[in-house]
Amino acid sequence: MDSGMVGNLLKETFPEAVLKIEDFRGETSVTVDAGKIRKIMAFLKESEKLCYDLLLDLAGVDFNDRTPRFMIAYMLHSTKFNNKLRIKTTVAEGVSLDTVSDIWLAANWMEREVFDMLGIIFNNHPNLIRILLTDDFVGHPLRKDFPVKGLDFDKPLQVCLEEEQ
Amino acid sequence: MGVEATAPASLQEVINWARKNSVWPVTFGLACCALEMMVASSSTYDIARFGAEVFRPSPRQADLMIVAGTVTRKMAPMLKRIYEQMPEPKWVIAYGACACSGGIFQTYNVVQGVDQIIPVDVYVPGCPPRPEGLLKGIITLQEKIAVEPAGQRKLVSLPWGNNG
Repeated sequence: MDSGMVGNLLKETFPEAVLKIEDFRGETSVTVDAGKIRKIMAFLKESEKLCYDLLLDLAGVDFNDRTPRFMIAYMLHSTKFNNKLRIKTTVAEGVSLDTVSDIWLAANWMEREVFDMLGIIFNNHPNLIRILLTDDFVGHPLRKDFPVKGLDFDKPLQVCLEEEQ
Repeated sequence: MGVEATAPASLQEVINWARKNSVWPVTFGLACCALEMMVASSSTYDIARFGAEVFRPSPRQADLMIVAGTVTRKMAPMLKRIYEQMPEPKWVIAYGACACSGGIFQTYNVVQGVDQIIPVDVYVPGCPPRPEGLLKGIITLQEKIAVEPAGQRKLVSLPWGNNG
């Protein structure tokens, strides 16, 4: 199915969950309700007409002054029909989102990265721990209110190896 | 004071001469500076002229650590562990702006100078420094090794400890 028609099909299937459909230069973005994200994602993957079997990317954005504050974007690709779709959803600060890591296994590390950088909790994620930063890191650096230099930039770094303790 | 610490200056000069002409670096490249370090071992620049061409894959066989590139905070424990695994005597060259001072990365995830973790003998600035910079750094290190007094460097393999 052509990606331009996917928005309409989603609107028919989930009339209350699809909030906005945008078309820009042949790219389709669908903004959906965060509470229904799992049902929509499962539908997009399982449906014979759509078959979005590949999760290209999963990213978080911090808009800081907007309400709700965060946006999560899912980039989907259908290897069967060779088209792409962007799904967006918004999350307020302190609110968690359902995981899609059981629908696409690729989401496992991507959700860990979003958690690491933005501090968004994904419900039912099998292993939601930091992936890029050290385990003892304090804060979430891609949040706009996080200082670029970090919290302890001017202090000398203490490295204590396990075997020295 | 160990037996070797009282050795005549001429013996110390012989030891230093042997050390400075066989400084074997450990294979340790972290970022783009590592590519310049590899070029330095090519036939064009020929690091072998200074006896430092044998990049050892094991820190147990190395005398010199060329910290070539950006040291992230997550990499810092591994870097320190590799340094600790090198046998004495050992030297360190901080190669490039990132290893010297953090360079352009004044951020939360980059160590602001590798000298916060391990002692550094020679700093080579540049982003990245040309291979000639590394050769100059090695020559500077050789000049430093040549005049090292007895007892300055530990030698753990000898039972009496410090031997210069």
